[in-house]
Amino acid sequence: MSSTPQASWRLHVATGGTDMAGATGFADRALDLAMAVVEAPINAVERLIGKRRMPYLFLAPNLVLFGIFTFLPIAIAVGYAFTGGTELLISNRPFVGLDNFRTLLSCESYLVPGSCEESLFWTAIWNTLWFVGFNVAATLLVALVTALILDRAIAARGFFRAMFFYPVLLSPVVIGLIWKWFLDRNGLLNAFLQMLGVPPEIFLLEVGWSRFFVVVVSVWFHMGFYTLILLAGLQAIPKDLYEAAAIDAATPSRTLLRITLPLLGPNLIVVLVLLMIKSVQIFDEAWVLTNGGGPGTANTFLVQYIYQMAFAGDLRLYGLASAASVLMGLVLLVLTLVQLRLGKKAES
Amino acid sequence: MHGTFSAIGFLTRTRRPGRIDMTDILSWLWLVGGTLAVLIPVIWAGLSSLKPEAEITRFPPTLLPRAAVQVEVQGFDKPLSLWNATVDGEAREMAMVRRIGLKAQMVDPKYPGKPVSVDTRSISPVQRLTVATENYTDPLTRFNFLTFLKNSVFVTFVATLLTLIVNALAAFALSKYRFRGDTAIFVLIISTLMIPLTVVMVPAYLVVVGVGLVDNLWGVIIPTVASPTGVFLLRQYMLTIPDELIEAARVDAASEFRIFWRIVLPLTAPALAVLAIFSVLWRWNDFLWPLIVLSSRENFTLQVGLNAFQGEFSVQWHYILAMTFLSLVPVTLVFLFLQRYITTGIAGTGMK
Repeated sequence: MSSTPQASWRLHVATGGTDMAGATGFADRALDLAMAVVEAPINAVERLIGKRRMPYLFLAPNLVLFGIFTFLPIAIAVGYAFTGGTELLISNRPFVGLDNFRTLLSCESYLVPGSCEESLFWTAIWNTLWFVGFNVAATLLVALVTALILDRAIAARGFFRAMFFYPVLLSPVVIGLIWKWFLDRNGLLNAFLQMLGVPPEIFLLEVGWSRFFVVVVSVWFHMGFYTLILLAGLQAIPKDLYEAAAIDAATPSRTLLRITLPLLGPNLIVVLVLLMIKSVQIFDEAWVLTNGGGPGTANTFLVQYIYQMAFAGDLRLYGLASAASVLMGLVLLVLTLVQLRLGKKAES
Repeated sequence: MHGTFSAIGFLTRTRRPGRIDMTDILSWLWLVGGTLAVLIPVIWAGLSSLKPEAEITRFPPTLLPRAAVQVEVQGFDKPLSLWNATVDGEAREMAMVRRIGLKAQMVDPKYPGKPVSVDTRSISPVQRLTVATENYTDPLTRFNFLTFLKNSVFVTFVATLLTLIVNALAAFALSKYRFRGDTAIFVLIISTLMIPLTVVMVPAYLVVVGVGLVDNLWGVIIPTVASPTGVFLLRQYMLTIPDELIEAARVDAASEFRIFWRIVLPLTAPALAVLAIFSVLWRWNDFLWPLIVLSSRENFTLQVGLNAFQGEFSVQWHYILAMTFLSLVPVTLVFLFLQRYITTGIAGTGMK
């Protein structure tokens, strides 16, 4: 057990009496040492400023980091959007007013990216919109069906829930590579198709198929997360409602339409908005899967456009990239506000 | 007896006891199909990562990693490949000396004598189960993967440690003290949840350049340490710790920091564990931010390194898949052992 009475008291508090002692002896002593080094100066500060002001000290590291790496960038982003050139320091950048926004938004027809001054931006916007549409619909449908099934008293429920959730934890790069290999000319899918007598296809070099599989991979990646949220919502529905429906001899489809879905409604809307916010930001797995947005620009999305303008190659068009970020930020802000509003409604 | 009974009862449990209706069958089909859809691409990549270079692009592919067998035969300098052949109406394993058109010169590896001529259309290579461990060892020694791995471990460990300390301190201040501006600060912190990295990545990069952390692992770590999700999660948990404990410690003349370190922090252990798990997953899997900040190879994390590697060696799938699988192992272990904490964490906070 632990070496000192004090340490054992602490362990007792930490683990509610059922401690896992033994191995903690060394960690304990290391922590005590760290504590001794850190505590003395902090206590000196406490004597200096008084107990009442200590919370400010505790908040300081967090607020300083937020200030430098979150709030400062937001302020700069807006400033950047109104400057041009390829300089990194904002003081060296010429002020260009609304030029960046004009470049992004001048189009003969918004439906035809080729007619726009910045055609890649509009290609990316349309690709993103199509992706968001299909991805939100497919993920929501798959997650809802899975959640409804997992809500039933079905055998091995925990196992299946865990299985569907597993991809959520994987890295987007890993997922991109695994699927790239699965869809390869010599991959498993083509081997399976050959068994059925279908000629092999290089899926990721074909516009339609590559777009289709970007959605498939995205659903595969994220559906477990949304299933979990919907499942939590389903399990919060009072069970006596279902008992009452059973007494009234309601059919299963009627129970679903009249009880389950209406009561799940607020959760569904929250998931829907959350899905839209995440889908608009598609980048990592699509970038790896499609070799940077290919074939051509068939899978070039908005975040990739921003990344390319600012960081890839020698473009360094920070102003244009920031202007595009600001536009995307506004869309996301609206979606987030909608989500907060609906989330509040769901709670009440 | 009882155990057997409940196991059967468990496996055959249905919506209405004693009856299996259509919806049960459809549910099972959906769940089993989904499980296969999750597992097949992952397992396929895992099996492929064990295949030797020559085998990995064979089409149609074999399921298990196999390789052609080569044998040393007396009287020949180089090892010869082994084939299944029919010689004099008898199926035997023969070593191929040379191949001329449709004929192959073959010898029996056990009794090497005068080579016999065999029709090549009737022979097939002998293959054995082989695990190509060189797919794993080569990239770790010849390429920079050991460095990438080291960088990823460093970033994950340090960032998680700092995340726990910095956010626990803030959560402590926001849950156990009343001071001027407490609500405003809390709202300010939580509001940053609404700002995704993708929107501020260009100016955030500038700030990192400004503080001199570009192409530096600390430039990956420090900007992500302050986490609104972390503050929120820990604060909500600390609110449940009774204030009497803290008052009692103050009576005993404990300093405020001692109260945090000795009383509040140990009692917050479950929430800290959840945050630690998420933090490890975030850092280990992070791609876009390290991709922007890091530019030289020796600073790459595993994810950025993998991406660069697959761009340069796009034909060397045996290496790519092995390294992909290596980076998948820690996450899979976390999943196997801590799955319950993660799912309750998500259900409780909606974070990912």
